[in-house]
Amino acid sequence: MSQMVLERLRERFGAAILETHSDFGDDTAIVDPSAWREIATYLCNDPALEFNLPVDLCGVDYPDSWNGPSSTARTGRMEVVLHLYSIGKRHRIRMKTRVGGEAMEGAELDSLTDVWPGLNWLEREVFDMSGVTFRGHPDLRRILMYPEFEGHPLQRTYPAGKTQPLVPYRTEASAGMPIDKLEPFGEFEGMPFGRRPDPTAAGVG
Amino acid sequence: MEPLDLSHENGELELPSEPMHLNMGPSHPAMHGTVRIVLELSGEIITKSDVQIGYLHRGFEKMCERGTWAQVFPYVDRLNYVSPMLNNVGYALAVEKLCGLSVPDRCQWYRMILGELARISDHLTCTGAMAMELGAFTPFLWFVKAREMVWDILEEETGARLTHSFGRIGGMAFPPSRDLRALCSSALPRILEIVEEGEKMLLKNRIFLDRLEGVGPISGADAVSLGWTGPCLRASGIDYDIRKAHPYLKYDEIDFEVPIGTSGDTLDRFLVRLGEIRQSKRIIEQSLERMPSDGPICCDDPRVVLPSKDDVYTTIEATIQHFKLIMEGAKVPKGEVYSYTEAGNGELGFYLVSDGTGTPYRVRVRPPCFQVVGGLSRLIDGRLLSDIVPTFGSLNMIGGECDH
Repeated sequence: MSQMVLERLRERFGAAILETHSDFGDDTAIVDPSAWREIATYLCNDPALEFNLPVDLCGVDYPDSWNGPSSTARTGRMEVVLHLYSIGKRHRIRMKTRVGGEAMEGAELDSLTDVWPGLNWLEREVFDMSGVTFRGHPDLRRILMYPEFEGHPLQRTYPAGKTQPLVPYRTEASAGMPIDKLEPFGEFEGMPFGRRPDPTAAGVG
Repeated sequence: MEPLDLSHENGELELPSEPMHLNMGPSHPAMHGTVRIVLELSGEIITKSDVQIGYLHRGFEKMCERGTWAQVFPYVDRLNYVSPMLNNVGYALAVEKLCGLSVPDRCQWYRMILGELARISDHLTCTGAMAMELGAFTPFLWFVKAREMVWDILEEETGARLTHSFGRIGGMAFPPSRDLRALCSSALPRILEIVEEGEKMLLKNRIFLDRLEGVGPISGADAVSLGWTGPCLRASGIDYDIRKAHPYLKYDEIDFEVPIGTSGDTLDRFLVRLGEIRQSKRIIEQSLERMPSDGPICCDDPRVVLPSKDDVYTTIEATIQHFKLIMEGAKVPKGEVYSYTEAGNGELGFYLVSDGTGTPYRVRVRPPCFQVVGGLSRLIDGRLLSDIVPTFGSLNMIGGECDH
């Protein structure tokens, strides 16, 4: 449908566009992570393309031997997928890139929040769920999970049934302010019985 | 005694004050859906706001990676739980795009009818709840009464009021009931009557209008760059409705209009939603006329569609096919696909990745209200604390969808 967009990208960026395809009618460009920001800015600002609506951003994890539906050589583990739409031109594009080594080391990407402010929360979500750090993001915090959460649940290596460590009660010292509340009676107060250590087991005092 | 210094105008006197921090939510009568807003106030003016979501996170996308493709339907019911049928249809269309299937005409009309009924219930809930939060309790009760009529129809069709799980890959669970036409033609005029009554109550009320007009405005360009879609975007004057821009099902054969706002304030968002209820009624009426009264409701591809129960109980082939479809799931071809439909709040997208097995490799849902709520801070910063209530109400945040 918008083959024109893919052609223009190939012409302009050459080697930074690793692969393009239009499987199932969705135009897709797989790009080099170092050119992520440059290409996105071009897609947003070029008057003939005018991708002004940031539709979606998500991470897809390929830790195993299967390298996903694309045919390019494996360059990273976490695929970051950006969907864009143009209200005026009525065309769509999907832009993908790969970041991160086998243990998600170096999973970093340039933030696009100043290109599309709507990506602010989406980048936070990808950081939260998939563990990709966005350079230059103004407020990169977890969004769906709580701050003490360990790990990134949408990585394939995160076990679905994993339980998280208990978050300790805040003390006045750790909060740095008076907490108008009774001291908890013990570390496990208020926790479900299944999460408490068994007092009859040996070695648990 | 010194004389008073009267040279200051009233507003110029500045009292030194510390900014006040206020927690709104997550459990607050106006924060329906669980959301927390941490506010920094100067007097009654909001100087800084931090919207925090995630209280209803249930790991939707992680759960989808464990079952079969068909087992995702009950989960999508619980995304936007005031219009589950639209999610069902959206997900079914996404998987069908990946499988290269097209469903029979009868099913397409049926999906449109049920989807538009769900849209009516979505908009009734949003507008009613918004009025209630501003103190107008009666219209809320009326709108809920009307919503009850919609749900009665849906219960008659699907067997469940709220979580229908009625979509199937390649069709719907059951063909339309015999009474569908009669039910719709008796309920729809009454629903519209109730909506008009409620509208009269609200839109001739000076207090209600004063709290909506000019509150929380956003320009069309800003709304687009924030990723807004649906009624909130159309209230800002951008004519983008997927049913018109990229018609799916049979929307291109139907005559309906897309209500557009002008200023993008809370009143416009309210009016656009009420306008869409009327258009949905038109769509349902036309679809009912054009839906064939007999014919298959599912496509006949044995790789994804369950065989009929008669065959399952009498032939070994159908028994095995049934067993394999249930235990292993339908095999969906390798690939990735993004499919989008117009849900109650805007563009509901599903990005699916399949590795060719019966289990989804990745199901990514693009919930429309995630980005809409992401823009909430921009609407309320610099405004009065009490403006949060109508502004937030008009965005129609649905916790299940926003928090995944």
